[in-house]
Amino acid sequence: MKRRLLLATAAALMALPAASFAQGMDKVKACFIYVGPVGDGGWTYQHDLGRQALAAEYGDRVDATTYQESVPEGADSERVMTQMALSGCNIIFATSFGYMDAVNNVAAKFPNVKFEHATGYRRDHANVSTYDARFYEGRAVTGTMAGLMTKSDKIGYIGSFPIPENIQGINAAYLAAKKVNPDATMSVVWAYTWFDPAKEADAARALIEQGVDVILQHTDSTAPLAEAAKTPGVVGFGQASDMAEFKPSPRVASIIDNWAPYYIERVGALLDGTYEQGATWAGIAGGEVEIGEITDAVPAEVKTKAQEVRDAIAAGTLHPFTGPLKKQDGSDWLAEGETPDDAELAGMNFYVEGITGEIPN
Amino acid sequence: MMRLEKRATPSRAWSVATPVLAVLLTMIAGGILFAMLGKDPVAAIRTIFWDPLFNPQFAAYSRPQLLVKAGPLILIAIGLSLGFRAGVWNIGAEGQYVVGALTGAAAGLALYPMESRLIFPLMVIAGALGGLLWAMIPAILRTVFRTNEILVSLLLVYVAQALLSSMALGALRNPQGGGFPGSRNLSQWASSANPELIAGTGMHWGVVAAFIAVIFAYILLQRHMLGFSIRLTGQAPRAARFAGVSPRRLVILCFGISGALAGLAGLFEVTGPAGQISLDFAQGYGFTAIIVAFLGRLNPIGILLAGLLMALTYIGGELAQFMLGVPAAAIQAFQGMLLFFLLAVDILTNYRIRWAREAS
Repeated sequence: MKRRLLLATAAALMALPAASFAQGMDKVKACFIYVGPVGDGGWTYQHDLGRQALAAEYGDRVDATTYQESVPEGADSERVMTQMALSGCNIIFATSFGYMDAVNNVAAKFPNVKFEHATGYRRDHANVSTYDARFYEGRAVTGTMAGLMTKSDKIGYIGSFPIPENIQGINAAYLAAKKVNPDATMSVVWAYTWFDPAKEADAARALIEQGVDVILQHTDSTAPLAEAAKTPGVVGFGQASDMAEFKPSPRVASIIDNWAPYYIERVGALLDGTYEQGATWAGIAGGEVEIGEITDAVPAEVKTKAQEVRDAIAAGTLHPFTGPLKKQDGSDWLAEGETPDDAELAGMNFYVEGITGEIPN
Repeated sequence: MMRLEKRATPSRAWSVATPVLAVLLTMIAGGILFAMLGKDPVAAIRTIFWDPLFNPQFAAYSRPQLLVKAGPLILIAIGLSLGFRAGVWNIGAEGQYVVGALTGAAAGLALYPMESRLIFPLMVIAGALGGLLWAMIPAILRTVFRTNEILVSLLLVYVAQALLSSMALGALRNPQGGGFPGSRNLSQWASSANPELIAGTGMHWGVVAAFIAVIFAYILLQRHMLGFSIRLTGQAPRAARFAGVSPRRLVILCFGISGALAGLAGLFEVTGPAGQISLDFAQGYGFTAIIVAFLGRLNPIGILLAGLLMALTYIGGELAQFMLGVPAAAIQAFQGMLLFFLLAVDILTNYRIRWAREAS
C-alpha cells in the first residue's frame, strides 16, 4: 500500500513538469550566449538580430533582453550558462559549435530549462535541441558566381575550423564553380578562429598574393572584404550577414543567416505548450539561408545563373551534392543521380575530387 | 598648494588602507562609467560585488565559482610576489602557466587510455617542471647575459601562446574530435581528472595548492633565511650583498618558484575547470595575477584576499553583463581602474601630503 502510494507520488511528481509545459507559459525569458561581439557584422550580429525580432514579435510575453557577448568556448561558457539558468532563463540559445560540451553539461543540471545549441549535433538530454542552417546551399550559389567571375581561375576560401560545416561549404562551392568553369581551382586557408579581424585579413592577403581573385569566407568579420577592397578586381561575398557596407564591390552578393523565424517559432512553442526536443536543419527553402542582393558589379548573365541555382535549390530540383561524385582520393562517393543523406552530410570529413590540399588532422 | 613629502618609513596604516581606498575609488569611478552608459550605477555595483556572494538566486553556485576563479590567480600571484619583493620581475607567468598545462597534459595523454592513480601526480610534476623550465629561460639569460628579464619573460608569453595553438591543432589534438582543435577532455578521464573534492564547494586540487602556497609563502617570508634574503634584497640591494646574498642565486630561485607555481596553476586548470588544451586556454590568469600580487601588497594573506576580490569582479562582472546589459568592455575597464587607483593611491604609503602656502 505504502509502496504504491510512493510510486504514485513519484509518478505524479515526474509528470508535473511535462504537464506544466503542455499548458504553455504566460511569459518566457529567452537568453542568448554569443561567441563574438554583437557588433561583428556577421555571425553574432545575425543572431542578435534574431533576438531583437523575437522581442518585437511577442512584446511583453517574452523577455529577450538577456545576452552575453564574446564568451570563450570552454569553462567560461559553462559558468555563464549556469548563471543564466539560475537567473530564471526558460530557454537558452547557445550560438557556437564549441559550446557543445558546456551546453550538455549545464542542461543535465537544469532539466526544466530548454537549451538550443546552434550548429551542434549532441543532444544528450531531453531538454537539448540543436538547430542549424544549410549554409552549403548558399555556397552553391556563391560558388557558381565565383566560378563565372574569376579571371585567374583561382578561388580562395577562408575556413574557420576543419569541421564538417566548413568542409560542406568548401565542397559545395567548389563543385558549383567547377560546373560552370572546369578550369577553376580552390585554395583553402584555415584561420582557426570564428572571429579575429586581424587573422582573417592576413588570410585574405595570403590568398590574394597567390593570385586568387574571388574570396569566400567562413569567418565572421568583414575584414576579408576590407582586404579585398584594397586590390582592384578582387571580389568577395558577405558571410552570415549581408555586409552591405561593402556594396557594390568587393561584396557582390552574400549568404545571410536568418535566425529570426526559428527563434520566434521555438519560443512561440514554449509559450503555447507545443515545444518538443528537435534537430532542425533548414536551408534556402525554409528561409534560414538567404542570398543577399546581387549587385550591379556582377554581369547580368552571371546574376541570372546564380538566381537559377538559388531557385532550383529552393524548389528542391537541385541538390548541391548530386552524383556522380568522387572523393579527393579518387574513390567513389555518390553514384549517378544520388544525393547524400543528412547524417552523411553532417559528418563530412573529406574533400571532393579536384580540390588540392589536405584537411588538417 | 599641495606638496608631497617623503615619509621616513612607509606608513603601515596607509599600506593597509590603500587597497580598500582603491576599491572604493574604483566603485565610484566605475559607477560614473556605468551611469554614463545609461545603466543604474548602484544596481551595477551591487550586481558585481553583492549578488555573487549573497543573492539567494546565484550565491550557491557563484560562491564556489569564486574559489575556482581565484585559485589559479592566488597560486600564480604568490610565486610572483616573492620575485617582486626582491626586485626580480617575472612578467611572463601567463607563458609559464600555458607551458605547465601543455607539459602536464602531454605527460598524461602519452599514457591514455591507461587507468592508474599515478597518472595525476605524474602530470602535476610534469606541469610544475614545465613552468619551471620555461621560467628558467629569462632567469638564465639574465644571470649569464644580463638581459632584461621583464622583456624576455613577457615576450616568451607570445611564444608560449604560439606553442599552445600548434599543440591544440597538432600533437595534442583529440583524434576523435571531428577536426575541431583541442585535446581530449582530461577532466572526463578518471586518471587525469581534477574534480571538485567536496561537491558544491568548488574546491579542487588547484585551490588546495593555492592555500598551501599562501601558508608556505607566509612562513618563508617570516621565518626563513631565504625570505629574509628576498626582503632585504628588495629593500636594500647593497646591504643584501654585504650580508652574503647572491643576487644570481636569488634570481634563479625567484623565477624557479614562480614558474613552477604558474605551471601548477596551468596543470590544475587544464585537468579541472578548462578540461582540455584548446585555442582559448590562455585566458590571461598570468597577467591578472600581477594585479592580484600588487593589490595584495605582495603579502601572502593580502594576495589571498585580493585573489578572491578579483574573482568577484569577474563573476560579478559577468552577472552585470547579462543581467543589466553592461558591455564586456566596460567590465574590463572597471577591472583596469582597480589597478590604476591602487597604484595611484599607493603614493600615500610612501609620501605624506602637506598643504602649504607659497613660501615667501
